[in-house]
Amino acid sequence: MNDDDAVFKALADPTRRHLLDRLFERDGRTLTELESDLAMTRFGVMKHLRVLEEAGLVVRRKSGRESLHFLNPVPIRLIHDRWIDKYREHRVSALANLKTKLEETA
Amino acid sequence: MTTMTATTTQVYQLFIRATPEAIWEAITNPDFTEQYFHGVRAEFKDGRRFSTTQGGVSWDEPIIEQEPPRRLVHEWVSYYDPEMAAEEPSRVTWEIEPRDDGMCLLTLVHDQLEGAPKTAESVSGTGWMFVLSGLKTLVETGKPLA
Repeated sequence: MNDDDAVFKALADPTRRHLLDRLFERDGRTLTELESDLAMTRFGVMKHLRVLEEAGLVVRRKSGRESLHFLNPVPIRLIHDRWIDKYREHRVSALANLKTKLEETA
Repeated sequence: MTTMTATTTQVYQLFIRATPEAIWEAITNPDFTEQYFHGVRAEFKDGRRFSTTQGGVSWDEPIIEQEPPRRLVHEWVSYYDPEMAAEEPSRVTWEIEPRDDGMCLLTLVHDQLEGAPKTAESVSGTGWMFVLSGLKTLVETGKPLA
């Protein structure tokens, strides 16, 4: 599995995207904080965090006695540059604009 | 959409296909840093990190820890901007971790940003990302990014 595969796989899950959003709002959280609003066992949350770590999206660092989770923005940036920027051409945006226009007037 | 408030600890991690020595060199040799660090020549000597911009602004910060070619910790004040120069010093840690596959994992932690909110904002987003991707490209290809 290459790096891109790991990132896409990690992002292809609502719980993991939720965890990333939580870290986006405030970085450097403990497992306890991250599991607080998830209807899931601690073990389940740990499993999801491990997938995110393996994809490089989350970095865990020790801070005193705590282990904190940080968002690593680099892999998403690389995916953006490689897979998103490239397809943001006029043709596509023209179609997207048309869709917005049509939906507004509908 | 929520906007991110720049946090007081920021972590950036990326793989670089190079030896730890080559990466260390790229971080500490001014001839390399000026090719990716917004033109800043950064020199590490006598326990301090000396920086000079292309515009001739210079300053220096203490080196807190250095363990070539694996770990480097130094103070950070954004002296290149008058407003940010007045903020409290923060801390930058570079960690270079070699792996079995010939790649290194470079981790940059910019923390202790509590007294430097403008700096925190400025280095987040594309700030460090720009510098780090430039460093990666330079070390891997021998050519600067832009």
